[in-house]
Amino acid sequence: MDNNKLVIGGHEFNSRFILGSGKYSLSLIEAAVKDAGAEIITLAVRRANTKEQENILDYIPEGVTLLPNTSGARTASEAVRIARLARELGCGNFVKVEIMRDSKYLLPDNQETIKATEILSKEGFVVMPYMYPDLNVARDLVSAGAAAVMPLASPIGTNRGLATKDFIRILIDEIDLPIIVDAGIGRPSQACEAMEMGAAAIMANTALATAGDLPLMASAFRQAIEAGRKAYLAGLGRVMTRGASASDPLTGFLRD
Amino acid sequence: MTVNAMENHFFIDSDSLSPSALERKHRLETDPSFRTNHMEYMEGMEVIRSDVCQNVLSHMDSYNYSKYTASDVTAALEHETCTIEDLKALLSPAAEPFLEQMAERARLETGKHFGNTVYIFTPIYIANYCENYCVYCGFNCYNKIRRMKLSMEQIEHEMKVIADSGMEEILILTGESRSRSSVEYIGEACRIARKYFRMVGIEIYPVNTDEYRYLHECGVDYVTVFQETYDEKKYETLHLSGHKRIWPYRFDSQERALMGGMRGVAFSALLGLSDFRKDALASALHVYYLQRKYPYAEMSLSCPRLRPIINNEKINPLDVHEKQLCQIICAYRIFLPFVGITVSSRESAEFRNGIVKIAATKVSAGVSTGVGDHEEKYDGKESDGEQGDEQFEIADGRDLKSMYRDISDEGLQPVLNDYLYV
Repeated sequence: MDNNKLVIGGHEFNSRFILGSGKYSLSLIEAAVKDAGAEIITLAVRRANTKEQENILDYIPEGVTLLPNTSGARTASEAVRIARLARELGCGNFVKVEIMRDSKYLLPDNQETIKATEILSKEGFVVMPYMYPDLNVARDLVSAGAAAVMPLASPIGTNRGLATKDFIRILIDEIDLPIIVDAGIGRPSQACEAMEMGAAAIMANTALATAGDLPLMASAFRQAIEAGRKAYLAGLGRVMTRGASASDPLTGFLRD
Repeated sequence: MTVNAMENHFFIDSDSLSPSALERKHRLETDPSFRTNHMEYMEGMEVIRSDVCQNVLSHMDSYNYSKYTASDVTAALEHETCTIEDLKALLSPAAEPFLEQMAERARLETGKHFGNTVYIFTPIYIANYCENYCVYCGFNCYNKIRRMKLSMEQIEHEMKVIADSGMEEILILTGESRSRSSVEYIGEACRIARKYFRMVGIEIYPVNTDEYRYLHECGVDYVTVFQETYDEKKYETLHLSGHKRIWPYRFDSQERALMGGMRGVAFSALLGLSDFRKDALASALHVYYLQRKYPYAEMSLSCPRLRPIINNEKINPLDVHEKQLCQIICAYRIFLPFVGITVSSRESAEFRNGIVKIAATKVSAGVSTGVGDHEEKYDGKESDGEQGDEQFEIADGRDLKSMYRDISDEGLQPVLNDYLYV
C-alpha cells in the first residue's frame, strides 16, 4: 500500500490537509486551495443553500472534493436531512457529520453523531464524523460505518492546539480508520506534531482565517503537514533523557 | 451638564386627541397612582418558573461601576475567560481609556467564532397599530401618525419586492396591538415570508409559549424582544399603559420562545432610556443565564440607541455616545464571544462600517421602519396605496447592494443566509 496516499471510503488523496471554508472570503478560497495543496474542502450546506450571486460552489476549483458538513444540526435526524439535501444539491457522497447541542463551545454531541453516522453510511454516504475523542465512541463510529474519525484537538475556533493529545493518540493506536484531527489546530507546528503522532490528516479553518496572510499560512500548513507525515513514516528517533542513559546496562548482570 | 439637560422630554400632545383622551394622557404622565402595577401580570399572561430574572437583577442592583479601576480593567483584558466581575470592569467608566485594547481583544474573539462573516437582513413592518403608551416610541398610541396594517396581498407584494433585491433573511415587526395584529395575522404573514426567505424572525409583542409554538409552526425561527430597560422602576415611568407595561412578562419572553421551540432569541436594552452601564450589564447577563439553561439555543444581542421619532425630533441617547456604544459592544463580545451582535440602521454608515470590523456580526440593510413603502424605497416606484408612518428615524439608509459592496470592501464576507430549516 502506498503510504503517501490518504484513503477515505475507497477514495485516494495525495494531500493530507483538509480546508475549512466558512470563515474567510470566498475570493480567497481558490488561493487557499492552491497554496494549501488541498484536495478536500468543507462546505457548510446551510451557507451554500443560497440564491445570492456569491455562491461558494462557484469558487471551488475543479478536481477538489467537496466535503459538505451538517453544521447547524442539533440532532441526528437534522444532520441526516442536511446530508440528504447536500446530495440533492450535487455536493457528492462525502459528508462531515457535525452535531452540536451547545451554541457556546460548539462541542460535538457524540451520541447523536453515532446515530447519524449509522443512518448515513447505510444510505451510501462516505461519512466523516466530527467527534470528541473518546475511544468507545470511536469504536461505535467504526461499527456504524464511518469512513474516518475526526476528533477535535481543542474547542473549535480557539487555535489552541492539541489539548486532547493523549486521547487522540489512543484513537490513532486503536482505530483502523484514518484519524483526522479537526478543530483547534492553530499553528503549523501543532499540525506537524499531530502528523508525527500518526494522524492521517489535519483539518483547519480558523487558523487560516485569522492569519495575517491567508495564502501564505495555507502554504505553511501544507509544509508542516508534509513534514509531520514524513517524520511519522521515518520513525522518530529516541529522545535523550536528562543525564543521558547509564553506560553500564542495568541488566548487564544477567548470565543466561 | 445639569441633571435636567440629561433627560429627554418625551411628552408631546397631539392636537387630534379628544379632551378626555388628553386628560387621561396627562394623568398617566403625572400621577403614578393612576398607573397600574407594572409588576403584576395581566389576565392571559403566562407565568413561568425561572430563576434567570433573579440572577440578572441581583448583579445589576449591586453593580457599583464607579468602584472599578484601571487595574481591574487590565486584569479583565488579561484573563483568558471573561468572568462576570471582568464584564463589570469592562463596562465601567474606568475602561473608557482602554477602548482600543478592548477593540483589539473583541476583534480577536469575533474572528475565532465568526471568521470574517457579517450577516445582512432586513426588517419589514406589517402594521403600526399600538395599544401601549411608551413615551419614547413613534408608534405609541397617543402619537398622531398614519396608522396602517397590511393585508396578506400587500404583505406578499412587499415581500416579493424585498426578496427580489436579493435579501434572504427577514425580520417581521408589528406595533404592539393584539386586537389589530393578532397572533394568527402574524402567523399568516410568516407563512408567506417562508415562501420568499430562508430565515424568518419576528419582533412583535410578547406572547405565551403555545403562541410561540404556533408561530414556530408558521415558519418563525428567531424571536427578538427588547426589554428596553432592565431597571423596572425606570421602566414604569416610560411605559405608562398597555400590555407592555408588565415588565416581568416581557423579561421572560425569550425563555417562553425557547420553550415554544424557537431556535434562537435576541435581546436588547434601548440605550439612553436609563443607566446604560447597568442596562448593558443586565442585557449581557440575561443572555448568559439563559444560555446556561438552554445551551443549544442561539442567542444574539442588539444595542440600539434612542432615536428621534415623528413629532419629537429632540429625542436622543443622552450620555451614550459612539464611544460608549463601542465600549458596550466590545464588552459584550469579550464576555460572550459566541453570540451574534446586531447593529441596526439607527447608527450611521461610518459607525457600522467600523464596528463590523471589531465585533458586530449582523447588520440590516434596505431598511424602512414605516409600513408598506418598500416598493417606493426599493424601486423608486410612486406608491398609489397608503403608507404607515415610521417607528423612528434611521441613520443609515444603504440598500442591500451598497451594504454588500461596503462590507466586501472592508475585507469582510457578507452572508445572506446561514441557516437551513430542517
